[in-house]
Amino acid sequence: MMNSAKSSLMLSRSANRNQRLARWFGEGFLLVVTSLSMLAVLFILIFIARDALPFFSWTHFKEFFVSTAWYPTQNPPSFGALSILFGSLLVTLGAALVAIPLGLTAAVCLSDVLPFRVRQTVKPVVEMLAAIPSVAYGFFALIVFAPALQEHGGPMLAWAFWLVVTPFLALTLLVLADLAAARFAENRQNLVRGLVFALLGAMAAWGLWKTGRRLHGLEISSGTNALNAAIILGIMALPTMVSVAEDALQAIGRDLRMASYALGATRAETLVRVVIPAAASGILAAAILAIMRAIGETMVVWMASGNAARIPEPWYNLLEPVRTLTATIAGDMGEADQSAGSAHYHVLFAMALVLLLFSLACNIVSERMIARTRRRLR
Amino acid sequence: MQTQKQLLIAGLVALTVAAAQAAGDAQKIVVDGSTTVGPIAKAFAEYYMKAHPDVNITVSESGSGNGAKGIINGSIDVGTMSRAMKTEELDAAKGKKRNPVQHIVAFDGIAAVVHPSNPVKNLSKDQLRDIYTGEINNWKKVGGPDLKIVVISRDTNSGTYETFQEKVTKSERVTDRAEYVGSNGAVRQRVQSTPGAIGYVGLAFTEGVKALTINEIEATTDNVISKKYPISRGLFMYTDGAPAAGTALADYVGLYKTADGKKLVGDQGYVPVQ
Repeated sequence: MMNSAKSSLMLSRSANRNQRLARWFGEGFLLVVTSLSMLAVLFILIFIARDALPFFSWTHFKEFFVSTAWYPTQNPPSFGALSILFGSLLVTLGAALVAIPLGLTAAVCLSDVLPFRVRQTVKPVVEMLAAIPSVAYGFFALIVFAPALQEHGGPMLAWAFWLVVTPFLALTLLVLADLAAARFAENRQNLVRGLVFALLGAMAAWGLWKTGRRLHGLEISSGTNALNAAIILGIMALPTMVSVAEDALQAIGRDLRMASYALGATRAETLVRVVIPAAASGILAAAILAIMRAIGETMVVWMASGNAARIPEPWYNLLEPVRTLTATIAGDMGEADQSAGSAHYHVLFAMALVLLLFSLACNIVSERMIARTRRRLR
Repeated sequence: MQTQKQLLIAGLVALTVAAAQAAGDAQKIVVDGSTTVGPIAKAFAEYYMKAHPDVNITVSESGSGNGAKGIINGSIDVGTMSRAMKTEELDAAKGKKRNPVQHIVAFDGIAAVVHPSNPVKNLSKDQLRDIYTGEINNWKKVGGPDLKIVVISRDTNSGTYETFQEKVTKSERVTDRAEYVGSNGAVRQRVQSTPGAIGYVGLAFTEGVKALTINEIEATTDNVISKKYPISRGLFMYTDGAPAAGTALADYVGLYKTADGKKLVGDQGYVPVQ
């Protein structure tokens, strides 16, 4: 009796070995499971590269990055992807211009301005934008937004311009007037402030009116263009931007804010001089994630961007249709003859490789940014 | 309990045997080829399999070229093609002792469509080509208002694009201003909502937009059948030798001659053979 109890307590050599074996096995299994996702990324990279490389003979390489003639099905074919690379960049840039300022403002508002209870309801609603399937966005872009741009494009642009720029200008003017007034003696400050404000205000209003009139007169011949895609993509990237940036702002903590208030800073000063700089790397990471969301999106750009493979004239003209890498891959994959291993088939993989490398680079940068924020806060 | 279990097992065994028998008896017809003819082949297959559950028809769409290839290699029973076999392909088939037989199952006409408010009624085939190659970029050059032309094309995947290229733009490059959309319906939607747009669609998709006459010939089924309308082509099924009468293969391929088959062809937006 006693003997058996003793033996069950003591570890025999063989039990020890078995346990060690089991531990090795268990740990190995967990390692395999965790590395599966990593392996998946690796394999995707390898297989895409494998199918992309046959395309990159020297002439093709040069043509791919230099020529703008995309005629893969013509005889003889030409695979100039410059306009398509440019289209991807233009649309992504436009989306970033929509998502980043809007998202950052919303994130600041959520984390530092709105009361806690409101934030608790608003944030999930913003995040719900991410749950809408992209084809629904695309449908909206094609059926509602594109015709609206064609019919009321000019006025829409003018109003959007006024709405966005007016408050921003007013704020800047107030600050400028205050700064100017601070240089004068106490009894003349009000006069100077009023004068500066009136003068700059008149100039700003004139500029606003002129630019607005010009935008108002614009005729948009085709509503499926870079602007349409950029705005819709910007809205799609918004939840990423808001959510991640807001988390970064929250992560700064109360201490910094309280310290700033204790030094006599106003809320605006605290926000602009303390909170946002402290969260800068987190905000940057949010921006990069939002950009990646935009550049990888396929369905929306296929439906909203018009898919014309040419660089707009002038290059920043968002009102012309463009074609993106993702839309080209999705649109051409079916016809590119797999069995023959044609150049058209491989060029699509070359595009996928470019996209993949770009998002890998973005990912690494944003990881670094997030890690840096964490280190600094510790 | 015991009997229930036995019954269940017996049932399962019977089912397996029946399934195995069915699989053994089932005739298989393998169809591959054009994405344009694919919808017809699929509609035929569905229709035929409903009436003959013992026949199993699989339809793939990997392009007309693969339809020819399959017939040459003998890997498929029916090759669907949106063009006739080329001489090289016929020679290759002869080299392998095969005898490709052509069946014209339908015609495919493509209408050039514009916004309903566009006053332009007719374009010559050359004008249409110049619009798509970008030489003509304003409606006033073809007798319309001073309005920029928004050129809308199907994606290069589609058979409609192929036909259009074959019949209209030929070897010339389509302008890089052309916008590409993914379906006949999407072309119609874009043209319907864009005053300066021009697009091309299958004959079944002209509702809500204005179909132009080409060389003064209306895009109608009759004009396609009589071959007066210039942007049209035959759609083919190829078999190795004429299928023996009474076989499932002969019935399936011959569906296009029946009234129901014609209706199916029409439903897919193509013009049935008269």
